[in-house]
Amino acid sequence: MDMPHPDERILSRKAAIISRIRKVLSADAVIDNPSETRAYECDALTAYKCPPMAVVLPRSTTEVSAVLKICHEEGVPIVPRGAGTSLAGGAMPTADAIILGVARMNEVLEADYQNRFIRVQTGRTNLSVSGFVEGEDFFYAPDPSSQLACAIAGNIAMNSGGAHCLKYGVTTNNLLGVTMVMMDGQIVEIGGAFLDAGGLDLLGLICGSEGQLGVVTEATLRILRKPEGARPVLVGFDSNEVAGKCVSEIIQAGILPVAIEFMDRPCIRATEDFAGAGYPDCEALLIIEVEGSEAEIDAQLERIISIAKQHNPVEVRESGSSEESAKIWLGRKSAFGAMGQINDYMCLDGTIPVSQLPYVLRRIGEMSKEYGLDVGNVFHAGDGNMHPLILFDANKPGDLELCEAFGADILRLCVEVGGCLTGEHGVGVEKRDLMTDQFDMADLDIQMSVKDVFDPQWLLNPAKVFPLKASESRRNLAN
Amino acid sequence: MIKPDSELALVTTIKEAKGPMRVIGGGTRIIGAPAIGEILSTTGMSGISLYEPGALTIVASSGTPVAEIEAKLAKDHQRLAFEPMDHRELLGTQGTPTIGGVVATNASGPRRIQVGACRDSLLGVRFVDGQGRSLKNGGRVMKNVTGYDLVKLMAGSWGTLGVLSEVSLKVQAIPEAVGCVLVNGLDETAAVSVMSRALGSPYDVSGAAHAPVGVNGHPVTMIRVEGLESSVSYRTKKLRQMFADNGVEITIEHDLENVTACWKWVRDVSLFKNSEASVWRISIKPTDAPGLVARIRADYHDVSVLYDWGGGLIWIEAPEGVNLRSFEFSGHATLIRKSPDTLCKLPIFQPNVGPLLAISKGLRSKFDPRNILNPGLMG
Repeated sequence: MDMPHPDERILSRKAAIISRIRKVLSADAVIDNPSETRAYECDALTAYKCPPMAVVLPRSTTEVSAVLKICHEEGVPIVPRGAGTSLAGGAMPTADAIILGVARMNEVLEADYQNRFIRVQTGRTNLSVSGFVEGEDFFYAPDPSSQLACAIAGNIAMNSGGAHCLKYGVTTNNLLGVTMVMMDGQIVEIGGAFLDAGGLDLLGLICGSEGQLGVVTEATLRILRKPEGARPVLVGFDSNEVAGKCVSEIIQAGILPVAIEFMDRPCIRATEDFAGAGYPDCEALLIIEVEGSEAEIDAQLERIISIAKQHNPVEVRESGSSEESAKIWLGRKSAFGAMGQINDYMCLDGTIPVSQLPYVLRRIGEMSKEYGLDVGNVFHAGDGNMHPLILFDANKPGDLELCEAFGADILRLCVEVGGCLTGEHGVGVEKRDLMTDQFDMADLDIQMSVKDVFDPQWLLNPAKVFPLKASESRRNLAN
Repeated sequence: MIKPDSELALVTTIKEAKGPMRVIGGGTRIIGAPAIGEILSTTGMSGISLYEPGALTIVASSGTPVAEIEAKLAKDHQRLAFEPMDHRELLGTQGTPTIGGVVATNASGPRRIQVGACRDSLLGVRFVDGQGRSLKNGGRVMKNVTGYDLVKLMAGSWGTLGVLSEVSLKVQAIPEAVGCVLVNGLDETAAVSVMSRALGSPYDVSGAAHAPVGVNGHPVTMIRVEGLESSVSYRTKKLRQMFADNGVEITIEHDLENVTACWKWVRDVSLFKNSEASVWRISIKPTDAPGLVARIRADYHDVSVLYDWGGGLIWIEAPEGVNLRSFEFSGHATLIRKSPDTLCKLPIFQPNVGPLLAISKGLRSKFDPRNILNPGLMG
């Protein structure tokens, strides 16, 4: 992974810069000892590592502002970090950068059930937002798999999704407002406890901008009342094609499940060995969950099952109790762990039009043979967001590179069939150099010119999103 | 009027433009100052290029009539989820609303509270910026975080950042049944409270509006649910039970035609048609809405009001020249209609201040460096 050369002018001024920062933060909020900064050398994309120059852990928006003002004056790059769970290297440091972690800013500032929003500091974890409002029977809808650990800050930066976004949308559809600190330290408020923008939709622009436009320190999030109940059904098929067709027909029939999850044979086998969820031995299985009152759930499942039965399913397993529901979800939820037990894996995140599912799965299978690397597919089928997990051996020389090449080919395939490189994980460093496969230079140029407006010196979250070559002239100009 | 018939022709038009252009779709949502410069209409670029009902996706050229899209979707029992408002009645305009116009104005109706605004259904755009560059962002898939989200930025930018040539939208199945709980006689504070309770219930409300003076002259609060027939009947009953303790008169309307007409009335703000007084559109925290309206009424008796989005959207017809932004509130106000003979100099959109003003100006200077696309419309 190519990263820009660290700026010697910054490194040589490290002591002076850190000393300035210590004046505005408490002693325990600044980490510059190399043995401690190492803990921040990567996020959940562990294949690439680089310890930062220092780490700061401010406790308030004002402190964030003070740090950014200094770094702006000193020309020091900032890598904002939520909980460090990015699978795309979105929080990967450069050697001359300061990691700005928001983990200590995790307070709930306001919960308003009448107006259905919660205002939090963005270091708060995703699950604990729902946890806070659970007593009132509310929840925060976006539910990325890492929700126990991941922070709202990162969710906003990457516009995270989750299994239930088929019905409830992703982060951007549930974000009402932010407090954001600009690179020069100015604090701005965008949106709030009301809907849509007065002028340009800056909130929509900031969500998903991978921490490159500002540091979001507080967020106003939409909360929803929990449904009366939810119940899944598991359906096994003897081909991916048929399972894909079934998904399409359910959607077309006007039923909106909250989740439609898809697992292919390699993944089913792995999870069976690992978790023993009792899944049928078949080529593809779907887990479809619906919500509502008992009677409403019955009515929806009846329709779903009648559609599924037209496709000769190997098995239809309707949950009869909360234990059975948990068992149906067990395999799906342990899929990543199960694959991880077999070997190291790389998790991809391309999205494709639902109609292309069978073709894409077949091509991935063929490529798997060509590359000699196994791959399992487990993903959100309702919205075409795939998660191929490529297995490789990190200790075997050349395997990582082979895996990267395979991954890149899969993502190019996603683009080729009308999809995109990433559905919910973000570009980060991982897919940065593939951006030219999806966008023309002019498309990238207009995006980069947005960054020029927010962060003219290109200091925020360097070397992410745009191919280094594409951003080179801008970065040189800024310095 | 220039009507390019392709994106390529649009590129040429913009590249060769010598001065400002008034960018429009069908011209049904003309707000703000009289047109400056030559009119550039997207209606020459028309047609649906892709529709996949099983993937809930439609792609169309920006000048495609909304009616054509709705008719196409209806054949497969689908629709645009966000219930785009038709501005013709309110603004007294004529012409054919286009899908590009819907997107450029982020026109969203009562269902916005449940399914999001137009920007939330918008999957991708193609547009030509002020330099005449053909650009794209987003795509045709449901989940896409590849690069910055210019899709949201283009929605609601009123043609000031670029001229849309193509849009991709997520669509929704038309539910089997619909029902509307009508609560009669509530004052505005009580109405917002009832709507908050309904929206905070597990009954998946798809519309919550209140008219202090309804069609029959009395206050009426409307709560809509949609879904399978059994669900609708169950949910309307549950909602009725929730509010029975208020001692108010509650009726339930199940007739599709009546319910549709009722929500079209709300969507298009028909209450204020055939008039030329100013109309403001205020987005606000729902429970703040009745208080703001009371403060406005204390100063100006002559105002009529319609609440949508559970109170989060207030439509106000106010005397000419009154600046509702002078009342302090958290939210934003758009001056959607001004009387034609007024010298009112109020900005149409809530003005940005401080760094956000600089950002908005900065973005405009990147997308439209010559300042030729609807100059001045958004400030």
